[in-house]
Amino acid sequence: MTEKLLEINGISKHFGGISALTDVSLQIQHGEIYALIGPNGAGKTSLFNVITGIYTPDSGSILLNGKAMTGKKPHEMAKAGVARTFQNIRLFHSMTALENVMVGRHCRTSAGVVGAVFQHPKAKTEEMAIKNRARELLEYVGIARHANTVARNLSYGDQRRLEIARALATEPLLLALDEPAAGMNHTETNSLEELFRKIRADGVTLLLIEHDVKLVMGLCDRITVLNFGKKIAEGTPDFVKNHPEVIEAYLGVSV
Amino acid sequence: MDIFLQQLINGLVSGSIYAIVALGYTLVYGILRLINFAHGEIVMLGAMIALSVIGLLTDSGLPGLLIVSLGLLCAIPCCMLIGYLIERIAYRPLRHAPSLTPLITAIGVSIVLQNLAMMIWGKEFISFPPLIDVQYFSISEATINSVQIFIVIVSTLMMTGLNYLVNKTKLGNAMRATAQNAEVAGLMGVNANTIISLTFVIGSALAAVAGMMVTMNYNVAHYDMGFMLGLKAFTAAVLGGIGNLRGAMFGGILLGIIESMGAGYLGTLTNGMFGSNYQDVFAFFTLIGVLIFKPSGLLGKAGGERP
Repeated sequence: MTEKLLEINGISKHFGGISALTDVSLQIQHGEIYALIGPNGAGKTSLFNVITGIYTPDSGSILLNGKAMTGKKPHEMAKAGVARTFQNIRLFHSMTALENVMVGRHCRTSAGVVGAVFQHPKAKTEEMAIKNRARELLEYVGIARHANTVARNLSYGDQRRLEIARALATEPLLLALDEPAAGMNHTETNSLEELFRKIRADGVTLLLIEHDVKLVMGLCDRITVLNFGKKIAEGTPDFVKNHPEVIEAYLGVSV
Repeated sequence: MDIFLQQLINGLVSGSIYAIVALGYTLVYGILRLINFAHGEIVMLGAMIALSVIGLLTDSGLPGLLIVSLGLLCAIPCCMLIGYLIERIAYRPLRHAPSLTPLITAIGVSIVLQNLAMMIWGKEFISFPPLIDVQYFSISEATINSVQIFIVIVSTLMMTGLNYLVNKTKLGNAMRATAQNAEVAGLMGVNANTIISLTFVIGSALAAVAGMMVTMNYNVAHYDMGFMLGLKAFTAAVLGGIGNLRGAMFGGILLGIIESMGAGYLGTLTNGMFGSNYQDVFAFFTLIGVLIFKPSGLLGKAGGERP
């Protein structure tokens, strides 16, 4: 597939006098692994917040599968197929791993309040289906043995995996990962890379913010580099690596 | 010993009602960090609406129990609607305001509802017509009547049901997720506004039933009955640890028992200086005690437990 999944046109976002994003455009194709890199404060997370509906952009448009999504709320973006994880892990800390993933199923299930209160058979069947799917997802990311552990008691690496499982539970078309390998050692990063390839192979497009250059260069198809809220380069890892403005942004010297 | 069992029964009955009302406070607090002071007024409105319907049907010749049930069945949806409207009109516009603003608003809503009730139903006490044939049972030297048994059973069922709803169902999962982190829950496709509305609606349905129970227990309703009841239920919620469902249930029943024991023994202990009319004082002494020695409540964790 080569059609566009996500299309961002001329996004700008200001906070008071500070412009976090200026006229950023990019396109992500179905089945790609796409990375967003840049120095700290370049606007990567702001762009994530715009894509997931947490921020409304001041100008510009967002299209998902050709459908206008600008200004949609987070739960609407989730329903449309955008899921994310966070730079600083944000789980529901006092719920179990399984329950965390079950919340992720929320937007893909239908039985409402009446069903929940009166427990008619359809709602019961659905609850079971939610639970089973949540277990499968824990298995998928490799933490099934911790299903009944309260999230705050999981190890750091497992919390990251749980966040990914929870995001996958929403059945995303696009999975946005904010620094998924931060704080991980070499082995953990490698097994994470494997997981990402598996997720892509199962038909999910990935967008990631990552500082681990080796991971990004080895894994991603295309990269956009942001600096001071502006896009300074876009292309394959090799192209970006040798781009003079990118080298300047990272090393602070003009070449 | 003779009055101990009787006071225990009385305490259990009023405690069950406190627990049901306290759940309404704690549910809303868990999600919005807001003390909904208007909640006591919803209990009062539940009682008033039920009594109005019952009043209309008294001479209809229908069986008494059916009339009472119809009154309750009308009161529940009315209170749910009122709860929904209160949140929609008074609290939602203030969602991002400093926390003192919605608190003051809640007190305002409470006063408005009380005065509206006074205009509609008047300042007189409204009595519960003798529709039900109340049976009395004696257990050693104490008595318990069928209405009291009904109150305890229905409260227990509602508490079990709510506990199941919050801890075992998809909706409950979404509620707990919203309480812990509304923004992230939104990213999982949970519409926070829907969950908040539902929380008010569920709390108000419980309040309507509680209103009916109070009227049946004391045989009267009055436009300002919600005020003191609301304060006591709030005390019960704080006693158990506000934001914690099991805490509210436990706190409600404990407060009911403390209060009725206090009322039963105060006269004896003080040689008749203070009588059972000091009952209300016990609730607030308890509140002060909890706030001094365990501000997070008996079942609450420091830093605020969330449901």
